[in-house]
Amino acid sequence: MMAQPATAQPATPATIDPQTVVADDPVLAARPENRVWKKFRSHKSAMLGGILVGFFVLMAVFAPLLPIPDPTATDWGAVRKAPSAAHWLGTDEIGRDVLSRLVWGARASLMAGVVSVGIAVAFGVPLGILAGYFGGWTDGIISRCTEALLAVPFLILAIALAAFLGPSLTNAMIAIGLSATPVFVRLTRGQVISVKAEDYVEGAHAIGLSTPKILRRYVFPNILPPVLVQATLTIATAIIAEASLSFLGLGQQPPAPSWGSMLNTAKNFLAQAPWMAMWPGIAIFLVVLGFNLLGDGLRDALDPREH
Amino acid sequence: MAVFLIYRLVRLQIICHQSCIGLRMGSAMVPGRIVDEGDRRDMDRPLLQVEKLKFRFRGQSQDVVEDISFRVGRNETLCIVGESGCGKSVTALALMGLLPRDSVRFGSGEIRFDGESFAPSDHDRIAAMRGDRMAMIFQEPMTSLNPAFRIGDQIAEAVEQHRKCGKAKARERAVEMLRRVGIPAPEQRMGEYPHQLSGGMRQRVMIAMALANDPELLIADEPTTALDVTVQAQILELIAELQAETGMGTIMITHDLGVVAEIATDVAVMYAGQVVEYGPAEAIFNDPQHPYTIGLMASVPSLTGPRRRLSTVPGSVPGIGQMPEGCRFSSRCPFAAPVCASRPDLAEIAPGHRAACHFAPLDQRLERRA
Repeated sequence: MMAQPATAQPATPATIDPQTVVADDPVLAARPENRVWKKFRSHKSAMLGGILVGFFVLMAVFAPLLPIPDPTATDWGAVRKAPSAAHWLGTDEIGRDVLSRLVWGARASLMAGVVSVGIAVAFGVPLGILAGYFGGWTDGIISRCTEALLAVPFLILAIALAAFLGPSLTNAMIAIGLSATPVFVRLTRGQVISVKAEDYVEGAHAIGLSTPKILRRYVFPNILPPVLVQATLTIATAIIAEASLSFLGLGQQPPAPSWGSMLNTAKNFLAQAPWMAMWPGIAIFLVVLGFNLLGDGLRDALDPREH
Repeated sequence: MAVFLIYRLVRLQIICHQSCIGLRMGSAMVPGRIVDEGDRRDMDRPLLQVEKLKFRFRGQSQDVVEDISFRVGRNETLCIVGESGCGKSVTALALMGLLPRDSVRFGSGEIRFDGESFAPSDHDRIAAMRGDRMAMIFQEPMTSLNPAFRIGDQIAEAVEQHRKCGKAKARERAVEMLRRVGIPAPEQRMGEYPHQLSGGMRQRVMIAMALANDPELLIADEPTTALDVTVQAQILELIAELQAETGMGTIMITHDLGVVAEIATDVAVMYAGQVVEYGPAEAIFNDPQHPYTIGLMASVPSLTGPRRRLSTVPGSVPGIGQMPEGCRFSSRCPFAAPVCASRPDLAEIAPGHRAACHFAPLDQRLERRA
């Protein structure tokens, strides 16, 4: 799905519009970051994705400051109430405010997404670099293990790991992270194999740089764009995975709120209180859509072949 | 008799070409060749001497490069000439220790660098000199710079790696090098990315990077092939100037005989992994002895003289494993005879001028036969 070589990135001067580049500082304006940003900004769906993700991130970050009730405070006088002025999104089966739980649940979901992808990148990228750069038996061992893990469906693997580690949000994140690692190993390995054949890597050898330095300064930055795109898309998958694990009781533990566990309780009251299931469902849908649009936009912006 | 006639005909064609190549040679070769008395000792002990270098890649039945010998003195330029696939570039990569360690099998061979002798498979010793005492510039300036870093940082990094002098000093040196290779406003250029520079500028940056540590030997692998002709001339001039300043030895790998004529002190003509003719540039141009060299010279198009069909060397280099027995050129050689089934030595036919052909020196042999 991500076949574009990161290495083609240098050959993009053709995409710079000279008229706009001269705007202020020509040197500054032509830097790759700025070019990418310009392309990204003109990409409508990517901007929509960015706004969606930004909205949820702000919501999660500023949850303690928002004028909403405590997400764990119960109110026996308002059990399963439909949305109203007092409870904008209604209440759940023990009278907790759904809006408040949704806002606080965003923290669990986003953190699960970011942390688990962080784990996957932290393990997957170095392993992929080793496999791709050194080849031989190093590659053999890493690739065979990766393939074995890839043979197991992502969610099944995450569920198995989470069950093995014990139910908690931290363990769920670790489980999701480890399950997502093989994808990054493979992606990185492929990118490294194409980048290491580049002339500038040979040039780096010729000026006498050490292998760790070449990996750090010449290989890593040039494989980064596709890894970045994959990471963004994987955050979306990880959020769904976290919701699934929480739904199964393997993620966030009650009474702490999480979208997945909200859905889990809501399923018992679908006929009486459909809003309990609707709001977390919409939230998951929007944040996952946001990350996917963002990832697609990034891919286009970082792809030198597209204009 | 027929053979002799063909030979004469080819020689005649070459002489036509030399009128233009030779003229350029006369003027352009002067700067690199001034040798004062103090340098005599250095001249006796060449900067780089390669003896019978021989290696193959894993899984191949024949050597990619067989018994290659040459020497490069300080302030001298050795041009290695030959068509694609003849082993010029791998030879250079082997000298730099840049061939993948696990896939190359070195046979015999010895490299002497400034009096120090080591085996070509001695990667660690070569790695210690790489980028410091010997440097290399590549064919493709468009892709030889890291697209993710500013050029100033890249040059400074090369300096820092070997001089351990700290960032500020290294950057100073980078600016100085950019100025020396003729890049205007070097302080400003330091902050630019490779894609913001033209091909010629990038090759200048590559040269700056290669020469930042004052290497004694510069290996240039077709440094001008990817550039247009005017820029080509500028780059060659730049290399010659820097060579005159620093006294470094240069190995220039090229298939462009015009380039060779302009800069070479010595020429090694390679064919199918062997040096088939080796000697001072004048000798090679004025009196080529190997049929392959003669064919190469004849295939240079001429601007002057009557228009005629461009002569070529028929066929192409046989692949590894399909080399003919004996002389590897015999399958394409217009003079091939039964004796060519045995391998000719690279024999001295005039002082310093060697050719690997049973019929060299051609004049005498062929005249005798005629």
